[in-house]
Amino acid sequence: MKKLAIIATKGTLDWAYPPYILASTAAALGYEVQIFFTFYGLQLVRKDTSCLKVSPLGNPGMPMKMPFGPKWFRDINWNIPNIIQANIPGFETLATALMKQTIANNGVATIADLRDMCQEAEVKFLACQMTVELFGFEHSDFVDGIDYVGAASFFEFAGESDICLYI
Amino acid sequence: MNFDKELDASGLNCPLPILRTKKALAELGAGQVLKVVATDPGSVKDMQAFAKQTGNELLSSTQEGGKYQFFMKKK
Repeated sequence: MKKLAIIATKGTLDWAYPPYILASTAAALGYEVQIFFTFYGLQLVRKDTSCLKVSPLGNPGMPMKMPFGPKWFRDINWNIPNIIQANIPGFETLATALMKQTIANNGVATIADLRDMCQEAEVKFLACQMTVELFGFEHSDFVDGIDYVGAASFFEFAGESDICLYI
Repeated sequence: MNFDKELDASGLNCPLPILRTKKALAELGAGQVLKVVATDPGSVKDMQAFAKQTGNELLSSTQEGGKYQFFMKKK
């Protein structure tokens, strides 16, 4: 059986997708998969996924399009300067709401659904105990079925893996 | 073509058509055939890749009016 090891280090809604998409797909292809969640990646295993937000600030690669209205309106790319984005309260919340609508419009799964599919497919979740303590989290903040470990445990699996990704 | 089970993955995007296919195949016996309908253009190459890597046989892959139809025989 091939093995895939992923280190998930990002804690935003957009960066939540790559680890869960790759892990669930690899599991469907017959891989044994482990994800090691560390630093901001811990946000991806919190029970409450509403903590995941997307920030367009300082991200010139992110198209800013509206997920509703007539086609001409939806096609507009809103180039809002960083200095304005940074000074509007709730800008990330607004961007996150629009992103979630775009995700739903495109038939893309929610993070909670993808995560459930990973766990159903026996993708193993490891969380970095050091960063859990560093950020003041409790184990009860996270979904069930996680092993709380250190770097050495990750290498036990990653060292034998066919593919190892740092995301 | 005859089939034993049908999966409608219309409107779903990557990786859902593949994940649902995997799940549907799990409910079939060896040699049984699953029909999948999808609208994701990426699913054409993905179904081939899925079949190649899992050993299930992709009997046919066709396109009709914006819909993609696959017949997959379980290993």
